[in-house]
Amino acid sequence: MSIDKKDVLKVANLARLALTDSEIELYTSQLQRILGYVEKLSELDTTGVEPTTYTVPLKTAFREDRVKESLSREDALWNAPDEDRGCFKVPQIIE
Amino acid sequence: MKFEPVIGLEVHAQLLTDSKLFCGCSTKFGSEPNTQVDPICLGMPGVLPVLNRKAVEYAIKMALAVECEVNRKSVFARKNYFYPDLPKGYQISQYTEPIAERGCLEIEVDGVKKTIGITRIHMEEDAGKLLHGEGPEDAGFSFVDLNRTGVPLIEIVSEPDIRSADEAQAYLKALRDILIYLGICNGNMEEGSFRCDANVSVRPVGAEKFGTRAELKNMNSFKFVKEAIDYEIQRQIDLIESGGKVVQETRLFDSAKGITASMRSKEEAHDYRYLPDPDLLPLMVSDELVSEVRSTLPELPRAKRERFVTEYAIPAYDAGVLTASRDLAGYYEQVVSETGEPKLSSNWIMGELLRLLNEEGRDVKDCPIPPSGVADIIKMVKGGQISGKMAKEVFEEMYRTKKAAADIVKAKGLTQISDEGELAKIVEEIVNANPDNVAKFKAGKTNVIGFFVGEIMKATKGKANPGVINKLLKEKLEA
Repeated sequence: MSIDKKDVLKVANLARLALTDSEIELYTSQLQRILGYVEKLSELDTTGVEPTTYTVPLKTAFREDRVKESLSREDALWNAPDEDRGCFKVPQIIE
Repeated sequence: MKFEPVIGLEVHAQLLTDSKLFCGCSTKFGSEPNTQVDPICLGMPGVLPVLNRKAVEYAIKMALAVECEVNRKSVFARKNYFYPDLPKGYQISQYTEPIAERGCLEIEVDGVKKTIGITRIHMEEDAGKLLHGEGPEDAGFSFVDLNRTGVPLIEIVSEPDIRSADEAQAYLKALRDILIYLGICNGNMEEGSFRCDANVSVRPVGAEKFGTRAELKNMNSFKFVKEAIDYEIQRQIDLIESGGKVVQETRLFDSAKGITASMRSKEEAHDYRYLPDPDLLPLMVSDELVSEVRSTLPELPRAKRERFVTEYAIPAYDAGVLTASRDLAGYYEQVVSETGEPKLSSNWIMGELLRLLNEEGRDVKDCPIPPSGVADIIKMVKGGQISGKMAKEVFEEMYRTKKAAADIVKAKGLTQISDEGELAKIVEEIVNANPDNVAKFKAGKTNVIGFFVGEIMKATKGKANPGVINKLLKEKLEA
């Protein structure tokens, strides 16, 4: 699989990243190298092998349905770029 | 050309847990904005979500109730997109491996039964809420409340088996009834704890291929679901017949205008880049857990309805009304067990009790009359102590004052006179005092009996047992 400038721009757009021309160049070649490295795995025959998404042999960790104290609203909004009436204030999305 | 609609529904049901899906914040509705949030649901760096066991049990409960297969292994995935109500930049959902698949639900429209397939049920977290200010200074802004962020949901996806807005409505109602019976969702559409999106397309009758579908959103009542789907079906047919083409898009229902309109959003193909959430282990469900949950399943609405018809020999209509909620059905069964009168009990509950409760918008759970109270009244009518008319009076009084039926009857002096000896004397007096009407009766005008009954009721202040008087009068007049 090969990566070109178009792929990089698409991924950057999905991640809301603005890239300069030189960054596009850089990431295209870097991503190309990373994918090439991972591609090596496809040399192995994995017929009949369950896909391994998790390597830790742990059982599902559950918590009981108990309410714990939440943050104070002041703390919750501490890092908000803008706030109003206890809410995060953001530019409107849909007209 | 004749067209047929093809409809599939996606239902989101909020689970009635106390805490959120992956953190301990409360799920309470209607609190002050951003007071039920913590670093986990706010998507702060370095936190770890831990799965709420009860939410999993509830999801399994629903899966079993609609005959799904519960997957012993399912996987939480990240659905990536940017929106202000989603602080992490992804929603934790299930994608290729949901908790349950391949179920079905039977519905009935105009007496015709039909089975709607259920493709899958998956678990996910809810997003926050966007509020819009009213003031001029609020224009151009949205306000984000993240209290709902992370509240557990199940999404129930139907097969495209639905062929009309009525069927869609019946399916939704059946689904909602089950969720409420199971006690895992409050089913409140206005508050958004039960939400529905509809995929609607049309195709020429007989065609095998599906047409292009539109996804309808923003239908927050059963009525709106029907209106939106009916409108959309007609819109697509008109469009095709006038040479146009349906485009795949999301359309919002405008309840004020009764139409659906394309949701204007940036033209971007959705690319959610799902990936297994590395913070969460696969959800392993043991056979023990499934059977544990199965053992807690209550009798479901349809089974209860059918049992009421066979066990109590009441009409299907009555059974439908009485099983509308688990509480009402339980109330009815208690009354029947005390009176041994299934139909009379049904009449009293469907007539008087529901009328009074509905007037106040009160739930049967908060009914001021206990089932034993209704049973007392029915027993008194049956035993001839009070008339049906008196019973209604007693019933209302009981509803208002919570006093026992016997006390009300005593205090109001309502006891019915059924004693034949006592009534015979009164009948005699009235008959003797009205010789002209007696003559009319003998001449064949039998309807003057009404006059006599009226006079006797007047004399006894309405306490005479009408059955007994009628019998005595006939004996006297025909003698």
